[in-house]
Amino acid sequence: MRDYSVFDIVGPIMIGPSSSHTAGAARLAKVAAIIAEGKIIKAEFLLHGSFGETYKGHGTDKALVAGILGMEPWDERLRDSFALAAEQGIEIIFTPADLGEVHPNTVKFILTKEDGSVSNITGSSVGGGNILIFDIDGQEVAFTGQYPTLLAQYRDLPGVISKVSSVLYEENINIANMRVYRSGKGKTAMMALEADSEITEAVTEKIRNIEEMERVQSINPVVEGVF
Amino acid sequence: MVASGEELVKICRENGIPIWEYAIREEALRSETSSEEVVEKMRRTLHVMMDSSTIAQEQEVKSISGLIGGDAYKIRSYADRGNTLTGSFINRAMARAMSASEVNAAMGRIVACPTAGSCGILPAVILSAGEELHKTEDELVNALFTAAGVGIIIARNATLAGAEGGCQAECGSAAAMASAAVVEMMGGTPEQALNAAAIVIKNVLGLVCDPVAGLVEVPCAKRNVAGTVSALTTADLVMSGVASKIPFDEVVEAMYRVGRQMPAELRETALGGVAITPTALRLKKEIYKD
Repeated sequence: MRDYSVFDIVGPIMIGPSSSHTAGAARLAKVAAIIAEGKIIKAEFLLHGSFGETYKGHGTDKALVAGILGMEPWDERLRDSFALAAEQGIEIIFTPADLGEVHPNTVKFILTKEDGSVSNITGSSVGGGNILIFDIDGQEVAFTGQYPTLLAQYRDLPGVISKVSSVLYEENINIANMRVYRSGKGKTAMMALEADSEITEAVTEKIRNIEEMERVQSINPVVEGVF
Repeated sequence: MVASGEELVKICRENGIPIWEYAIREEALRSETSSEEVVEKMRRTLHVMMDSSTIAQEQEVKSISGLIGGDAYKIRSYADRGNTLTGSFINRAMARAMSASEVNAAMGRIVACPTAGSCGILPAVILSAGEELHKTEDELVNALFTAAGVGIIIARNATLAGAEGGCQAECGSAAAMASAAVVEMMGGTPEQALNAAAIVIKNVLGLVCDPVAGLVEVPCAKRNVAGTVSALTTADLVMSGVASKIPFDEVVEAMYRVGRQMPAELRETALGGVAITPTALRLKKEIYKD
């Protein structure tokens, strides 16, 4: 049985109309923009299932753009996100698509950045505003963004995981969950690690300095209530 | 937090405290913060509810699809004219529920309680009862903890999602939570509060989730109004001494079972109920014409 907070039941505070189609969409896009890194100049959204069918009526489109702009699901500017994106010169494209055997509320982000590089991120809005990111640039992952999360791409050599856990131990950060994904022995692997407390930029930098690391990012959920 | 209504009543009785006080204690323990912090967070939640349940009464608010809007303003004006059948109290409560639902459909800020689709019921019930009973803001905040405590028990033993359990699980649970909160607000015992929650759920058992065009608008906004009225009148029913013949825990179990028995067409997929009436299909076509 899940351990509920009173604020899971009377809450969250959010912009309507739908926790899955609006709040969850905004959260997905915000996390996708963090993963993409760098200034986004073009955002294409491939909308699967119910997202593809009802995105206009639920404001899923506005919520996705708001998330790309870094807004939280309770930000009242969310409904004006198109105008704000236009001001920043961000090109926006929505395309209903069949993404295969995935959750009905799934979106694939194709995010082009200022330097011309493109990030592909896919995730689902799984209910109650909760999300699951499950694909980054073709690499399978699985994390919810509910916990502070460390994403690391690294050369798959012995000892890397222990180096990461040592850094976290030194910083007194408890690991709640950890999964590693790899395409083959000795190749690039990916780690999604969920922690019980914030993973600061300083800690992220320490992990980035581990020899085998290729790319390291941390995603910290924002505490609700600043508005 | 305990796992059942029976345990909730027992632990409240043993400690001589109402549900709201137990819920605050448990939340403080769970989140490793002080009771004061937990209460302040709920106060901010209450303030969002005050806004969402008022805004669309004062000006006409239209949903983004254009399907609903302006009804909270109508109900409020009607209530103010004073020629109602059920009185100013019920009419103003209905206006509040409609307001929050319209604000939600217009991409305004609301509190999901327990869901966005049922976001009108708890604010309308708590604020209307609070006004009528001359309660302080602190007492209204406490009422939200009663509601949340009852909601947690439902969530743990059944579901709060329309996609899983139909509207009985969303608006039904919201109204049950709200009614229980009013009973405690009126000085009723935790047992009486759960009696109210049980009666409310029994009265909407089997209610399907059939949103027109898949949007949280029709029939959702009016079901928020109906849930509000049920929560308020059931609180009176229970305070008069009437009890639920079937205990709360068994009603919650029945609700979950009924939800499981519902075909997928009646669980938020917009493939059944009023969502596939000729008018609904025409409205859907108009909304998604481009």
